[in-house]
Amino acid sequence: MSQWGSVSSLVKDVQTRKRTAKELVQQSLKTIKVNEDYKAIIATTEERALKRADEIDRQIAQGEDAGRLAGVPFIAKDNFLAFGADTTAASNILKGFDTPYQATAIERLEAEGAICVAKANLDAFAHGSSTENSDFFATHNPHDKTRVPGGSSGGSAAAVVLDMAPFALGTDTGGSIRLPAAFCGAVGYKPTYGLVSRYGVIAMASSTDVIGPLTRSVEDAALVLDVMAGKDEFDSTTIERGKEGYTDLAGNLKGKKIGLIKEYFDGLDEDVKKVIDAATIKLKKAGAEVVEVSMPSLPLALAVYYIICPAEVSSNLSRYDGQRFGFSAKDVKDIDESYKKSRSQGFGSEAKRRIMIGAYVLSSGYYDAYYKRAQTVRTKLINEFKEAFSNVDFLLGPTAPSTAFKIGQNTDDPLKMYLTDIMTVAVNLVGVPAISVPAGEISGLPVGLQLIAPQKKDRELLEMADKTEELLK
Amino acid sequence: MGKLTREDVLKLARLAKLELTDGEVEKFRGEISEILAYVEQLQKVEVDDLEPTYQVTGLKNVTREDEVKDYKTTPKDLLKNVPAAQDNQIKVKRVLA
Repeated sequence: MSQWGSVSSLVKDVQTRKRTAKELVQQSLKTIKVNEDYKAIIATTEERALKRADEIDRQIAQGEDAGRLAGVPFIAKDNFLAFGADTTAASNILKGFDTPYQATAIERLEAEGAICVAKANLDAFAHGSSTENSDFFATHNPHDKTRVPGGSSGGSAAAVVLDMAPFALGTDTGGSIRLPAAFCGAVGYKPTYGLVSRYGVIAMASSTDVIGPLTRSVEDAALVLDVMAGKDEFDSTTIERGKEGYTDLAGNLKGKKIGLIKEYFDGLDEDVKKVIDAATIKLKKAGAEVVEVSMPSLPLALAVYYIICPAEVSSNLSRYDGQRFGFSAKDVKDIDESYKKSRSQGFGSEAKRRIMIGAYVLSSGYYDAYYKRAQTVRTKLINEFKEAFSNVDFLLGPTAPSTAFKIGQNTDDPLKMYLTDIMTVAVNLVGVPAISVPAGEISGLPVGLQLIAPQKKDRELLEMADKTEELLK
Repeated sequence: MGKLTREDVLKLARLAKLELTDGEVEKFRGEISEILAYVEQLQKVEVDDLEPTYQVTGLKNVTREDEVKDYKTTPKDLLKNVPAAQDNQIKVKRVLA
């Protein structure tokens, strides 16, 4: 049982002076300390967080409006630029980076009174599915310390499940919010591409990167999304927020048509299948219509992703050159040697691997065969999703093909590690919203159920997920 | 597409401004070859006359007025992470030999 309750109840307690923002921040910092050995956190922002808590308590004492998230502590994945601690993206090359400005997402949460208390661990630059690629240390799964929390937002997911804060922020490029949410037993929300500004978040693959919350309930995820969503003049890829906002979850399941994604059930692990089947039966009983939907190109999504993602990574990581910020190699004779030595010593294996694959698929002679071809198969995927959504309101499947695996199990085989994302990447390539909600357990390890909606149907998806969550409790 | 050669890997490293140890060259040669073999499956896909998609929400040429704004950030803030600076400028090593 969580020590926090819902985010809205916490805000009410702070606004009615039943509890102070300072107490909440201290409670959060204490829980982080007690659970240190899970290694979910890279650094706390203690001093600044306590100062902000005092400011919010003062506002409330003076009868001012302290905002819709007044006094609520949260944890940001360490690829968000935030004041109060270094921003490292869990990489050696950015160690010690002291940000001159904050991410729009952080600014919007702070404007409503939320307080960032810590920065969470991740696979360096968000490259990974287990948080083992962090250049600093691996994070442990809250349910079994010998297992991974999933990734790349593994620190954020573990932190929420360990009760370190009422919510956390993550980024999802190919599944990096939903997968750790599934492995740890949290709710993980991936919004429509462009709904939340990425200004001030360290870029991985810009055509699929999104920002979203990891929470203990769908209701909390909806509230956090509502505060962050909408156009930002600093991110030209942002879209208008929905007129209704994202917190009205009053509808019900009756008459909703849900498509089970055939390709995600073919050859699925029997135990995972049992958990998802049980959930489906409950949805039917609650009045939803469930049909099978086939999208024949889905099995190609991972191959498409592992061309597009490294291509964009190689471009986005070219800025780490040792000249303007980040690690800079000493004892070099000219700028070319400075570039090479800074990058070679600063980047970890996974970053180097992806940069080189990206350089390969973008190089002249291979561009058409790899990059352009991948972007064309992407169109095929988009068309198949459109076709599916002309028949159903939502799509349903597991979030991951298995439960959390052992630490070290896949580290020597990058391709096997990439396959962990097989059920999450298509959503990113197509730009639609998706959510992972806890659906049950296998031998004490959580299983996530994934729900997917058409672009910009974020409110409807959250409403549906809220009802599903209730049924699965 | 067969397995990458040692020279292929060194060329990629050169393009990416990376220096690799002999051990890294061998390791990446195997791993990158395996990943490229996996993505090879796309070559067989029927794409007919489909166009590639680079942007999924249909936005096009988003522009803004070119005007000066005060972001309350000082040159000192912006230069605090620079490895070497002098007179508010970034200092780099020799460019031409």
